[in-house]
Amino acid sequence: MSAVAALETRSLKKQFGGLIATDNLSFRLEQGARHALIGPNGAGKTTLVNLMTGVLAPTSGSIVCGGEDITALPPEARVKRGLVRTFQINQLFGGLTPLESLSLAVGEHEARRVSLWRSLRQQGDVLAEARAVAARFGLTNVLTERVSSLPYGKQRLLEIALAFACKPSVLLLDEPAAGVSAAERQELLGTIAALPREVSVLLIEHDMDVVFSYAERISVLVNGALFAEGTPQEIAADAGVRAVYLGERHDG
Amino acid sequence: MFGMPDIKGLQTPQRWRRAEIVFWLIALAAIWLMPRQHLILNEIMITALFALSLDLILGYAGIASLGHAAFFGFGAYLAGLYAIHVTGEPLSGLAVAATGSAVLGLTTSLLVLRGVDLARLMVTLGVALVLGEIANKAIWFTGGADGLQGVMINPILGRFDFDLAGKTAYCYSLAATFLLFLLARRLVASPFGLSLRAIRDNPLRARAMGVPVNRRLIIIYTIAAFYAGAAGALLAQTTQFVSIDVLALHRSADVLLMLVIGGTGYLYGGFIGAVIFKGLQEILSAWTPQYWTFWIGFILVVLVMIGRERIYARFGEIKSRIIKTAPGGNDR
Repeated sequence: MSAVAALETRSLKKQFGGLIATDNLSFRLEQGARHALIGPNGAGKTTLVNLMTGVLAPTSGSIVCGGEDITALPPEARVKRGLVRTFQINQLFGGLTPLESLSLAVGEHEARRVSLWRSLRQQGDVLAEARAVAARFGLTNVLTERVSSLPYGKQRLLEIALAFACKPSVLLLDEPAAGVSAAERQELLGTIAALPREVSVLLIEHDMDVVFSYAERISVLVNGALFAEGTPQEIAADAGVRAVYLGERHDG
Repeated sequence: MFGMPDIKGLQTPQRWRRAEIVFWLIALAAIWLMPRQHLILNEIMITALFALSLDLILGYAGIASLGHAAFFGFGAYLAGLYAIHVTGEPLSGLAVAATGSAVLGLTTSLLVLRGVDLARLMVTLGVALVLGEIANKAIWFTGGADGLQGVMINPILGRFDFDLAGKTAYCYSLAATFLLFLLARRLVASPFGLSLRAIRDNPLRARAMGVPVNRRLIIIYTIAAFYAGAAGALLAQTTQFVSIDVLALHRSADVLLMLVIGGTGYLYGGFIGAVIFKGLQEILSAWTPQYWTFWIGFILVVLVMIGRERIYARFGEIKSRIIKTAPGGNDR
C-alpha cells in the first residue's frame, strides 16, 4: 500500500432533506487499483460518483485526489487533475465523428488555452493521439462516421475511450458493460482489462461476473455506508454480504 | 508526422468548396450585374450577416434566442449616435458599434447561461423588449418612435460617397460581411469551434471531459453579439437612419425563420435563408401588398411540415444527376 491514495473520501456525507444518501463514508482507492464498488439498488453508488466528480457538493466531509483536497473544485478542474468518469447511459456527441470527439478530449487536456484561430487540421499531434486512443479501443474502422450512427457496442467503447483520452489517473467506470450484447461484451471487457496500471480504476457494476473476474478488491455499499471491503474471495465468503446483497439478488 | 495530417473524419471545412466560391463570386458580380437592385441586395447582405451571427450561437453552440435583435438594434443605435455626436467616419463607427454590442453580449450572457432552452428564449426576449422600451421612451436621445434622424455618414476612407442607388452601400456591406464570414469560418474549424459543437450535442459530457462549458458559451455569445452589432451598424450607416423597428420582436423572429429555412450549423444557412426570405417578401408584397405575411406564414408551415431535408435532398438528387459525369465532384 502506498502512502498517498489515488482517490480518497474522508467522512463524506450527503443528505437530501431527511434522506442520508452517503453516510460518513471513508473510502480509499489505492494507486493502480482494480477496485469494484457494488451494492443493491439505492445503496448510494451514483450519489457517490456524483460527489467524487463534483456534480454534487457534499453536506460534510472531504474528497482527496492524489493528496490534494478537491472538495471545493468544480467538475472541469477535477478532470484536469486526472479524475475522469464514464456514464452508465452513453453520453456522447451524436453530431461529431469519433475522431472529432477524441480530438476534443485530447486537445482540451493538452492545451492551456484552447485556440480560436488555429485549425484542428493543423494539429497533427492531437489527431495522431486521438487515433492511438481509437486503436486501443477498436474504433479505428469507424473514425469517420457520425457517432449517432454507430452500433451500440462501438458507442459503448467510445464512451470509455473518451474518458481514457482525457489521460486519467483515476477512472470511474459506471456500469461499463450495461446493455452490451454477449458478443460485444468480450471486446469491451478486454479493453478494460488492458488499461495501463498507471490508471487507478474504480468500477461500479451490477454484473457479478464482471466484478469477480476483474476486481482485485471489492467494497460493498449499503444505505450509503461502507458495509464490507476485501478481496473477491473474502467478499464472496462474507455471510453478511450474501444476506444483504447476493442473497437478495437471487431471491429477486 | 510531416506534411498534412490525415484529416478524414473532420467535418468542418478547410479547403474552399466550388459552391462556396461560386456563391461569393455571384455576390461580387452583383455589383455590376444588378445595379438596380443594390438597395435590396444591401438589405439582404446585412440580414444575412445578422443570421450568421445567430447561427454561431444556435447552430454551433445550441443557444436558442428570441431576442437577438437586441444586439442588432443596439449596434444600429450606437452607430447612429456615434455619427451624430462624434464623427460621421463609417469604419470607426462600425468598430465602435460592434464592440459596444459585444460588451452588451458579454453582460447579458450571464443571464442566458442560467437555465436551458425555454428559460433562454424568455431571457433573450426580455432583454430585447427592455431595450426596445428604453429606445421608445428616451426620446431626447434616440428620437423615440420617430426614429433617430440626422445621421450623416462621411465617404468611406474619404473617397467612396454613399449614393442614392446604394452601390457604395452594397459594396461596403458585402466587404464587411465577407471579412466577418472569413473569421467565422476559421473560428468554427478551430478546437474552440469543435468544443462548441460538443457542448451543443451534450453539455453534460463536455463538462465531464474538462471543457469549461460556461466560459466557452460566454465567449461565443459575445462574439455573436459583435456580429449582430456590426450588422445593425451597417444598416444604420447605409440607410443613414435608425428606426425603432431595429429592436422589434419580429426582427428576432424573422432571423430565426431564415435559419430555419436555410439550415443551421454550416454558416451558409443564414445567407440562403436571407435570400429566400427577402426574395419571397419582395415578390409577395408586390403581388399582394396586404396579405403577403399570410403567404410567408403559409410557406413556412409547408416547409416545416414537409421538412427542409426532404426538399433539399430532392435538389441534391437532381444536382448529382447533372454532375454525375464530372470527375471528383462528390466531396459531400
